[in-house]
Amino acid sequence: MSDWIPVCSLEDIVPDTGVCALVGEQQIAIFRLNDGSIYAIGNHDPYSQANVLSRGIVGDLKGELVVASPVYKQHFSLVSGKCLEDPAVSVPVYAVRLDGDSVLVQRAF
Amino acid sequence: MEKKKLVIVGNGMVGQRFLEQLVARSDEYEITTFCEEPRPAYDRVQLTSFFSGKSAADLNVVPERFFQQHAMTLRLNDSVQSIEATRKVVRSARYREVPYDKLVFATGSYPFVPPVSGRDRRDCFVYRTIEDLEVITATAARAKVGVVIGGGLLGLEAAKALQNLALETHIVEFASRLMAVQLDDCAGRLLRRKIEALGVKIHLQKATKEIIDGAARRHKLIFADGTSLETDLIVFSAGIRPRDELARAAGLVVGERGGIQINSHCQTTNPDIYAVGECALWEGRIFGLVAPGYQMAEVAARHLVGDTNVQFLGADMSTKLKLMGVDVCSIGDAHGATPDALNYVFTDEVAGVYKKLVVSGDRRHMLGAILVGDAADYGTLLQMALNPLPLPEHPEDLILPVRDGSARKGMGVDMLPASALICSCNNVSKGVLCEAVAAGCTSLLALKNETRASTSCGGCGPMVRQILDGELRKRGVEVKNHLCEHFPYSRQELFHLIRVGSLKTFDAVITKHGQGRGCDICKPAVASIFASCWNEMILKPRHAPLQDTNDYYLANLQKNGTYSIVPRVPGGEITPEKLLVLGNVAKKYGLYTKITGAQRIDLFGARVEQLPLIWQELVAAGFESGHAYGKALRTVKSCVGSAWCRFGVQDSVQMAINIENRYRGIRSPHKLKMAVSGCTRECAEAQGKDVGIIATENGWNLYVCGNGGIKPRHADLLAVDLDDKTLIQYIDRFLMFYIRTGDRLQRTSTWLDSLEGGMDYVRQVVCDDALGLADELEADMQKLVDSYECEWKKAINDPQIMKRFRHFVNSDVPDKNVVFVSERGQIRPARADEREPEAEAETV
Ligand code: SRM
Ligand SMILES: Cc1cc2nc3c(=O)[nH]c(=O)nc-3n(C[C@H](O)[C@H](O)[C@H](O)COP(=O)(O)OP(=O)(O)OC[C@H]3O[C@@H](n4cnc5c(N)ncnc54)[C@H](O)[C@@H]3O)c2cc1C
Ligand code: SF4
Ligand code: FES
Repeated sequence: MSDWIPVCSLEDIVPDTGVCALVGEQQIAIFRLNDGSIYAIGNHDPYSQANVLSRGIVGDLKGELVVASPVYKQHFSLVSGKCLEDPAVSVPVYAVRLDGDSVLVQRAF
Repeated sequence: MEKKKLVIVGNGMVGQRFLEQLVARSDEYEITTFCEEPRPAYDRVQLTSFFSGKSAADLNVVPERFFQQHAMTLRLNDSVQSIEATRKVVRSARYREVPYDKLVFATGSYPFVPPVSGRDRRDCFVYRTIEDLEVITATAARAKVGVVIGGGLLGLEAAKALQNLALETHIVEFASRLMAVQLDDCAGRLLRRKIEALGVKIHLQKATKEIIDGAARRHKLIFADGTSLETDLIVFSAGIRPRDELARAAGLVVGERGGIQINSHCQTTNPDIYAVGECALWEGRIFGLVAPGYQMAEVAARHLVGDTNVQFLGADMSTKLKLMGVDVCSIGDAHGATPDALNYVFTDEVAGVYKKLVVSGDRRHMLGAILVGDAADYGTLLQMALNPLPLPEHPEDLILPVRDGSARKGMGVDMLPASALICSCNNVSKGVLCEAVAAGCTSLLALKNETRASTSCGGCGPMVRQILDGELRKRGVEVKNHLCEHFPYSRQELFHLIRVGSLKTFDAVITKHGQGRGCDICKPAVASIFASCWNEMILKPRHAPLQDTNDYYLANLQKNGTYSIVPRVPGGEITPEKLLVLGNVAKKYGLYTKITGAQRIDLFGARVEQLPLIWQELVAAGFESGHAYGKALRTVKSCVGSAWCRFGVQDSVQMAINIENRYRGIRSPHKLKMAVSGCTRECAEAQGKDVGIIATENGWNLYVCGNGGIKPRHADLLAVDLDDKTLIQYIDRFLMFYIRTGDRLQRTSTWLDSLEGGMDYVRQVVCDDALGLADELEADMQKLVDSYECEWKKAINDPQIMKRFRHFVNSDVPDKNVVFVSERGQIRPARADEREPEAEAETV
């Protein structure tokens, strides 16, 4: 079973930045791009072991939407969670959607 | 709606360019072009290559189906006979009346034939059109000797043509040297020797009086000094005269010595009539080169479609020629006509090389040059003359031969600004070339096709090549110069674009000059440039997403996701009260406390949501941000100086505080560190800083470009014994120059390494104001100083910003992953083996 959890309003996220939402025990980094789209991946940075991915700079590399870890600057795909520097490493990807202004994350665990 | 009627008289190189400029912008005109010659525009500049096998078709410059495609009428072999400006009609050889709303003269010029008797004899020619060349060729077949009257630029070309036609060739010149306009006596002499060595006979200071029947040959030239010369064929090349006869008859103002007078929009004295190219007279000058004509063509075309912003404001008349295998260049004020001009001259009679450099009286700028026999430096010297680039300390190095292959100082395309005009014929700047390379023009051919650079006189060819090579090298070997995949520019170039374009948002910059969405490389770099240019609060919503996490939270990220706090302690001086505040805050929030390597105090281990609380207390106690998180001024280290130290000669603490307060908050390509020592014992280690100041009996010695860190470098002495005011002026200029031109994450030491001309160059810019930029640099710095505000003070008073200082958007609980252990009486981040097992597990 899965249900959608409202975590914040779109307003809470400055365009082209991220925030971190706590859903159960999970830390989820949610990004709002300046075209209005939203993405969600794990907040845990597998390289520094710190919960900081939501604080990274978002952008694109060769067309792939990414966030750069603020610690050692590895890039993670916002779509697949894959690390661009090392395909063997990835972070989880979460389903998100907007309901009006409300940002919902799917609890699938 | 009926279209306005436009008539163009003349389809030469400039007339053709005008048409291309016009139809590219608008189709609002119905256009008729009259062309006296039997073929549309061709490359007159390359006319002489007709003799080396080029056909009329090869010289054609009109794109295929150009006139059909744009539904224009071209009347070949039809010359305009008169113009009735009041009724706005023209009459041609074949048409009785053609009405116009706007008229453009592009009639060029005709070769001047001196009024000597006998000039109308058979086999006397001029050298201007393909037809001229055809008849010269035909005549040469039955001739043995040819004479060119006129030893100027075109005369020499004509002589070359005659020689190619296997005639015994003579040049007769009225003046005392060849190319009298462009060269001086010495250069003229050298050129003469070279041309004579090729078998051409040169007769100087000969005024032709009359031409009569010869004895052995068809003609005999009688000179004013009584001597004579026999020949079969004569080519007059004694200068050109603008073709202004129609304009004159139509009542337009023409110059005393000819030329249709125009204003800076290329309008004649009748605003509906324009003139462009060699027939036009602007501020008393005619321009016998194609590049200025092209500029006029663009100006007139734009004006005709309502764009009044561009103007024709004169043009550079520098020339580079290869005459009979001899390189000859003349740049700018080659004769040193500017008052106080100074010359440097180098002659090598063995190799046949002559070089003259003309510089301004204060030896700051190059004014002009002459090169004979070796034109390799034409491009660079031309750029030095056109752009206000400072001369190297020893200007003679620019023309002296270099031994052992070492590179010439102060040279190279890298130092040119993006705006530098590289191809003057086609108005192509360095920036445009770099852009084209970035967009995929990786061969010379592709680059020429794309930009048109180097497609006319070819004089800019070597420079275009250098720029191409340089750009390719940068992309291959040294990619670092292009910021990232989103911007095909270096930081310096981007700085220029942002500043000049007054761009204030990342969207504007990337839309205009980049592609994609940006990344963690270009966003902070652009944010830093914004800060250096406009100094807006970095956490404004439009700037916040660009900031690196340290700047985003105005604190330094630590390995476990917490932050450190470094308040500013100007000059390292701190009162006991303030020390107590730091102690109390650290105690209250349980922060690890350390004296840093730069005379201040760092408080570590603050969680993101604690930062505003801590700073509220610090700001209340009078602390300001120390910018330990920014690419900005860190500290100005001081020694105790003359106030206490028995050796101190100046108040180093006061100066350190002044300087720290002046430059705090200013963003730069990389962090900046400074120090002030009170005497030569140098307790503040100023020579290891970007800006180091050491007190002397008479003032201050200023050192720059020092560095500790990864690759230590001692600072270089920039200036000595400065008073307080000059010291600040120099630092202002130095910093602003670095901020403008440094690469991303380039400390001043590595920046210096990358500057051609090195410290000499920096000194010229900063101390001698060789770029004439000093006032601007100081004013820019003053703007930054005046607009300083403590970022933390602003942040804690802005609820929108404060909202972002929380770990979870939907919960106030702290991040459980942050775990400290105790060591030596303070906290430190727990290592993996010291953590609670579930703290690990929760994030898997
Ligand atoms: C805290 C401090 C060490 C200390 O405990 O004393 C320190 C800490 C860091 N230094 Fe440093 N440096 C500190 C003084 C220095 C000094 C000494 C000085 O400034 O007098 C140097 C050598 C002098 C110099 O820079 O020329 C120094 C050379 C570096 C370098 C190498 C720079 C270089 O050009 O090679 C880096 C790396 C960089 O900036 O890219 C660096 C980078 C860092 C960073 C920012 C690394 C990072 O990204 O986390 C550290 C951040 C600490 C923090 O969170 O606050 N730090 N660092 C010192 C803070 C001084 C201050 O009050 O602001
Ligand atoms: C041999 C030679 C070498 C040169 N080398 C260089 C060089 O290296 N670099 C450089 O910059 N410049 C050089 N020039 C000069 C350059 O060719 C001219 O500056 C350029 O051609 C001027 O262009 P224009 O359109 O103004 O005039 P033109 O090219 O002369 O075109 C004017 C046209 O208008 C026609 N015309 C005139 N009156 C009428 C009328 N009443 N009705 C109809 N048509 C009319 C003429 O027949 C002609 O075709 C050289 C010129 C020559 C001859
Ligand atoms: S070295 Fe000079 S300046 Fe430094 S403390 Fe000693 S005396 Fe003062
Ligand atoms: S300068 Fe003449 S072609 Fe470029």
